[in-house]
Parts: sequence; structure tokens; C-alpha cells
Amino acid sequence: MSDQPSRIDLRGVELAYGSYVVMRDINASIRRGEVFVIMGGSGCGKSTLLRAMIGLMPPAQGEIRYDGELLFSADRTPDDLARRFGVLFQGGALWSSMTLAENIALPLEQYTRLKPAEIRQVVRHKLALVGLKGFEDYRPAEISGGMKKRAGLARAMALDPEILFFDEPSAGLDPLSSRRLDELILQLRDVLGTTVVVVTHELESIFAIADTALFLNAQTRTPTALGNPHELLKHSTEPAVRAFLTRGESSHETPAP
Amino acid sequence: MTAVPPATAELQPADTRGGPWLRLRGDWRLRTGLPAVSDVLKDLPDPAAGKVLRFADDGLDGWDTGLTAFLLGCTDVLEAGGWQADFSELPAGVQRLMELARAVPENAEAHRTGIEPNWLARLGLAALNLVAIGGAMLEFLGELALSFVRLITGRARMRARDLWFQMQQCGADALPIVLLINVLVGMILAFVGVVQLQQFGAAIFVANLVALAMLREMGVLMTGIIISGRTGASFAAQLGAMQANEEVDAFRSFGIPPMDFLVLPRVLALVFMMPLLTIFADAIGILGGMLVGAAMMDLSMRAYWNQTLMSATMGHFMLGVGKSFVFGGLIALCGCYQGIRCGRNAQAVGQATTRAVVAAITSLIVADAVFAVLCNELGI
Repeated sequence: MSDQPSRIDLRGVELAYGSYVVMRDINASIRRGEVFVIMGGSGCGKSTLLRAMIGLMPPAQGEIRYDGELLFSADRTPDDLARRFGVLFQGGALWSSMTLAENIALPLEQYTRLKPAEIRQVVRHKLALVGLKGFEDYRPAEISGGMKKRAGLARAMALDPEILFFDEPSAGLDPLSSRRLDELILQLRDVLGTTVVVVTHELESIFAIADTALFLNAQTRTPTALGNPHELLKHSTEPAVRAFLTRGESSHETPAP
Repeated sequence: MTAVPPATAELQPADTRGGPWLRLRGDWRLRTGLPAVSDVLKDLPDPAAGKVLRFADDGLDGWDTGLTAFLLGCTDVLEAGGWQADFSELPAGVQRLMELARAVPENAEAHRTGIEPNWLARLGLAALNLVAIGGAMLEFLGELALSFVRLITGRARMRARDLWFQMQQCGADALPIVLLINVLVGMILAFVGVVQLQQFGAAIFVANLVALAMLREMGVLMTGIIISGRTGASFAAQLGAMQANEEVDAFRSFGIPPMDFLVLPRVLALVFMMPLLTIFADAIGILGGMLVGAAMMDLSMRAYWNQTLMSATMGHFMLGVGKSFVFGGLIALCGCYQGIRCGRNAQAVGQATTRAVVAAITSLIVADAVFAVLCNELGI
């Protein structure tokens, strides 16, 4: 697998709000079809890194490349690359003035030449994939938080993106829905070969889905571990990583994964 | 219901069990009221050996957060004086809560420094802030200009149906309020005019007054102010709520520039609809003036109308309509700018709305003043 070309490259990325540096020296390569998890405690800059990766906030330093192409370069806006990835925001971020069907149809209308009837067909299919068949004409305010999240995922998948980003997918979901979402993520990867980047601090999710995990250490403001979470749990000598992966319990012995 | 003994704390000198101690009695619950820490620890007894104060349960009738909050307050005072607090003679539950509260030391960095900058620093900060706001506004205008270029070259991601929807919202739906306000303004102008002009036997000229005032100033200005409060505020609130809900980010993540999709239809709709609303307002205002004028004077509607036609020229009319394009643009810019730059919480949405309305009305009046000076110079 390692000889596959990397899909996303982070080189020396530094994130900052004004003069306040959140995280520096972020280096990672994300392979095609990999589930990559960005983990760390609250306030460590996970979501900020995600915002930089989807082009919402330029990094203070360093470069982010997609298939070798720079995300932020002078002669191009991130918008050109944007349609190749889908993003599931923390609260779903559905467009509240539109119905679920219109939410999913909008990217299709903007980027494809499909006829309205065909678009309806695609919308129905995408909603069915996330278990929301029949909710086409509901507005975001009329459905529950978990449903919004799933509808947001349906919208993120509308254009069959090569890369899917998830910002805290299990936040606010009950354990069962959260687990179904994890399974859906793995299926998307297996069936469509989608590269998946997930920001989360849910240990259960991390161990269930991650091929590779990047640990952002809020104290040192640098990433301090990169690798498979099971391997990290077994072999990492970094106390902060061990404390995180074991919930701060039994940090001196190796629990069964 | 039996009366509950109030919470009392008395300092006691050292006894056989150890050093000085604090006797806690009564009902230590928030709802019954608590003694003040400073009163209780006012005169600490001389320490016999070491500075340890024991806290002892000597008839506690009940306790809740009231007791633990009091104890924590005592701890702070005692530690400041080099004393130690000993809770081992208190109920086990209290001891555990106190351990929990003291487990993590206070974060020294977490304290906000409450140092007020002096007036010079505040002035400097305000100036820097002004520069930053100016920069942000320029950036917004620049992005909007690029968006216009995309619109002209047919590459803007704006949907025609959004434009129609916005036009209906800020145009047709505003007609009732525009009608009400302008008919009243026309009537007021006529009323004031008739009372004054009748003294000189020139009451008929009230038609001139109403026509000129409505066409040149009042029609467009009153409509502008109504639309600022109605549509400008709604733009700011809509976009602000979308910003707070990450909806604007969601557009960006799909490569759809919010400028094209959200701002452009709103600005265009208002720039197109303001002139139409203004023409409507002019007509309604003159009609209102005519009703009052004809009712108060012994003039026929026809005479009033003829006088109006004689005084109102195309120049006056076009001046008002010309202003309305500018006003529409200003209102939409203020509303959209505040909405797009809104922070991510409920208070920020409220602020954005307020700022949008204040900025829109202020800029209308300033623009109107500029128009007045220009017209004077150009002789329009």
C-alpha cells in the first residue's frame, strides 16, 4: 500500500490566529483510500487543521497539496479543488432555507448537466444511503440533530467526492447512530475508494475506523504521534498519546486493544 | 413546619483534640443564607502549634453547595494568611467534594487581567481597529467587484430564482409599509405647507412644495430608511445566522463563493427594486398631499393636480430615482457586509443586525447630503 501515491500532503504546516500559533510542524501524507484520523484533546487545533485542509483558512506557513497540486497558490483559489472533496460539518451545516432535497441538489445543479428528473433520482439515492429515504421535502429545522448530520453526509457525498472530511462526526449522536456512521465511513472507503479524513476525539471511533491517526498535542503545540492507533497504543512511548488513547488510565501497562 | 436553625460558624480556641477550630452548626444550605467568610475568620485565634484550623461538624442539620462554597472561600483566606485547613472532622461527603475542588490547582494563566488601558492606548487601539475595519470593507468591496465581473462574463454561481425571490422579498413585499409611510409623509408636508402658505394667500403652492419635496428628497429618503430597517436588517440577520451555523462555510466547501450565491442576488435585487419603490413612494406621497390639500383648501383635485404637473419636472423626478439606485446599493452593502462578517454566536447576529441598520441609515443621510451639495453646484 505504501507505494501508492499520496492523495494529500501536509508539509511543515503551521496554523495560527493572528500571532497566536495553535499548532506547528504538521507533516503527514494521506494515501488514496485511507481513513486518516486527526485526534487530540479539546482546543488542540483539530478543527482548525480541518478548516485549513478544506481551504477555509490559509495556513500561516507550510503547504497543503492535493495530488501534488498546491491548495493555496497565488494563481488559483481553493474553490477549483473544492469540488473534489465533500465536507460534513460538525452540526451538519445544512442550508436552512432549503429542503433536504434542495440541499443535496444544489451542488449537482452547479456542477453537473443532469436534468431535474435525474437530479431527483440522485438525491433520492443519496438520502436512501444515509437512511433518510422519504425525507426529501423536510427542512433542516424539522428533523433531529442526528438526522441533520446524516443529511449533511448525503450532501457531502452528492458529487461522489474523492475525499470526504468529517468534523467530529459522532458529536451529539447516540452510540448506535455513531456506530452506524463509522460503518458507513468504512463502507464508503471500501466500495468507492474514498479517502476519508476525520477529526474526532472519540476513542471508540478512532480504534474502529482509523488506518492512520495523527495526534495533536495541545501542550507542545506540535503533532507528537503519527501511525495506526492500535500500534500507537502498543508501542508509543509518548506519555500524552498513551494518556489520550487509554483515557488516562493504566498508562504504565499495555491494555488489550 | 419546624423552624430550621440558621447556619452558624464560631471560632473556638484550641482544645484537647488539637488546635483552634471552627464550630459549624445549623442548616448550611444555599436557600437559608450563609455567614460571610470574612466575618467568621475576622479574628483567628493564636495558633498553639502550627497554623492549622480544624473545621468540625458540631450539629450540622443539613448541607449542600452552600457549605462547600463557604469552605472553599475559607481555604482561600486561610492559605493567604499561611494557614492550613483541616476538614477531617466534617462529613465524608463534604471531605470528598473539597478534595475534588482542590485537586486541580488554579490556572494562573486563565485569569483575565483586568487592567484598563489608559486613554492614549485606547485611542491607539481604536485607530488600529478602524484601519482593520477599513481593510475588511475594501476586501469585501473587492470581492463583490470580482463577483460582478464573473456575473458579466456569465461565470457567477448565482441562481436566477434566488434573484427573483429576493426581488419579491425586498420589493413587492415592502409595498404596504412604503405606502403607509409615504402617504402619511405627503399628508404631513401638505398640512404644514397649507398652514404656512395660507397666511400669504398662496395656498395653491402647497402642491409645488409637496411635489418637489417628495420627488427630490422625501420619497427616496423615507423609502431608504424603511428599507434599511426592513431589508437591510433582514440581510444581516439571514447571512449572520448562516455564518453562525457554518452554512457559509458549507458553500465555500463546495467551491460556491458566498459572494456569488448569497451577496450578489441581494445587492442586485435591492438596486433594482429601490427605484421602483421610490417611484411608487413619490406617487403615493403626492396623492397624500393632494388629499390633505384639497380637503383643507377650497381647491378641486384637478387644480391641485395641474399645479403639481407644472412644478414637477423630469429633472426632480430623475434626481430622486438616481439617488434610489445609490441608496439601494448602500443598504444592501451594509446589510450583507455585516452579515458575512458576523461572529459565530447569537449575540453577534444581533450586533450585526444593529450595525447594519445604523450603518445603512447613516450612509443614506451622508449620501443624501453629498447629493444636495452636488445638485447645488450643478444647478439641478
